Amino acid sequence: MSRAVAVHKVVGIETEFGILHRCDGDSNPVAASSMIINAYVNGFLCQRVSWDFEDEQPGTDARGFNEFDALAPEIETHLVNAVLTNGARYYVDHAHPELSTPECSDARQCVVYDRAAEEILIRSMEAANNLLPDGEELVIHKNNSDGKGNSYGCHENYLVDRDVPFSRIVTHIMPFFVTRQIFCGAGKIGMEVPLVEREPAAFSDRPFQISQRADFFEEEVGLETTLKRPIVNTRDEPHADTRKYRRMHVIIGDANMSEVQTYLKLGTTSLVLAMIDDDFVPEPLTPLVPVAALRQVSCDTSLSGLVELADGRRLRATEIQWEYLEMARKYAQSHGLDAVGGDDVGNDVLDRWEAVLAGLETDPMSLASQLDWVAKLRLYEGFAQRHGLDWDDPKLAALDLQYHDLRPSKSLSRRMGLERISTDDEVNEAVSAPPPTTRAYFRGRCLDKFGDQIVAANWDSMVFDIGTDPLRRVPMLEPLRGTQTHVGSLLDECRDAAELLRRLGN
Amino acid sequence: MAEREQVRRSAPRETESPTPVDATGEGATELKAELDDLLDEIDDVLETNAEEFVKNYVQKGGE
Repeated sequence: MSRAVAVHKVVGIETEFGILHRCDGDSNPVAASSMIINAYVNGFLCQRVSWDFEDEQPGTDARGFNEFDALAPEIETHLVNAVLTNGARYYVDHAHPELSTPECSDARQCVVYDRAAEEILIRSMEAANNLLPDGEELVIHKNNSDGKGNSYGCHENYLVDRDVPFSRIVTHIMPFFVTRQIFCGAGKIGMEVPLVEREPAAFSDRPFQISQRADFFEEEVGLETTLKRPIVNTRDEPHADTRKYRRMHVIIGDANMSEVQTYLKLGTTSLVLAMIDDDFVPEPLTPLVPVAALRQVSCDTSLSGLVELADGRRLRATEIQWEYLEMARKYAQSHGLDAVGGDDVGNDVLDRWEAVLAGLETDPMSLASQLDWVAKLRLYEGFAQRHGLDWDDPKLAALDLQYHDLRPSKSLSRRMGLERISTDDEVNEAVSAPPPTTRAYFRGRCLDKFGDQIVAANWDSMVFDIGTDPLRRVPMLEPLRGTQTHVGSLLDECRDAAELLRRLGN
Repeated sequence: MAEREQVRRSAPRETESPTPVDATGEGATELKAELDDLLDEIDDVLETNAEEFVKNYVQKGGE
């Protein structure tokens, strides 16, 4: 077996949720988002600790230069911004409530925290609605588009090796990103007009597409996230030791209601990035025009269309994914699966990846309990048939929103019999407890135990105020240190932050 | 690896049409009944004024 040198794929998901304030007058989505988060923070948390922006540099570019005309994401430091005891960050971003999961050490664990994020939003929504006058209601959706041309993101993050040339990542992740939507897409009705004029992709059948997000991508590679969105985002802000790591920031994905899809999305992308770290990759499968190919694949629910590659080949999206899967199988044999969290999770991801590709090729409808877009398609077909509706009927558009509705009384996705990866007990635990296997453990436990002595926290440090001395910053530059194994008993033993800092040698 | 190869090469997709929802054959009746139950439930929880709900659902762009 070759020695794997790939960096362990620490993963996380940040989701911007859709928010609707149902009331008689006008409503302000920023105020509504603040209300949601404040209701949770004030209702469920004893201490409130703010996010620390000291180290944030979202304008730094992985290609090694700062584009002067690029629009760096704006940090809105004045808005509500909290750190939770499970290690997550919960804040208002632009005009949406956003929750970033804590750092997780494998795809399965991250599914649990993604589902815990939904639970936190549900509790927030209920707490906020208790405070609103009769007749008003805040409604949260886990989706990526309002159907009117406005999109908001569900971003993934993966730890990668700083020494890997970024051009290698771009070459090998691009074909994967263009085609992974066939098992990652959340599905939507219709097409949304982009900012630039371009040839619309053609629907293979009904006006329904596989991805919520494909309409909104206009560039191959770039730094932006709100305009001219790129398939490969170059934000270079590792929130860790910059000499050793990059954080691969992925903006192409949909927010999934299906846990199987979140699991596959994180698991397969972790595998491919580990392969890229180890330079164990297929011949480049670069689409001739990646942005057009992305939309073409999204609109092709028949999965029969051919993607034209730069080298002249023409392959179906499934065939491109089979190439990656076969390389990943070989990679597992030659390098092992430690980089993605070990054999159990790694082999399970490989087997599910294979089963879902086989299902897509033989009978996509057989995946209705696993893939959001297939579940939707089956539901909408049945609903349209029963009520004699055309595909442009607003009732179908309402279904397409309500599928993502987080209100338990209204959620359609929760009535679809979607297969689970997590258990309810795990999710309940993850609402308040951090993952034991990353530095989020240290962050979460400290907040829980010494919250009144913590001034601020962010991904890679925490600032303590123990009263007598100047503020003390504890750096956390290694995402896999500060775990339960490392500091569990230390945290159990320390009575206050002063003792903790003393024993940490800080 | 042989088994996987077989799975992969088995489907000449160009000549097939997308799988229809109302497929006939074994299990189709059961599937249809299951879908009918689901549709009954969906009818019960669907927003009452769908057109209004969709019209009012406007989000600011994010990220």
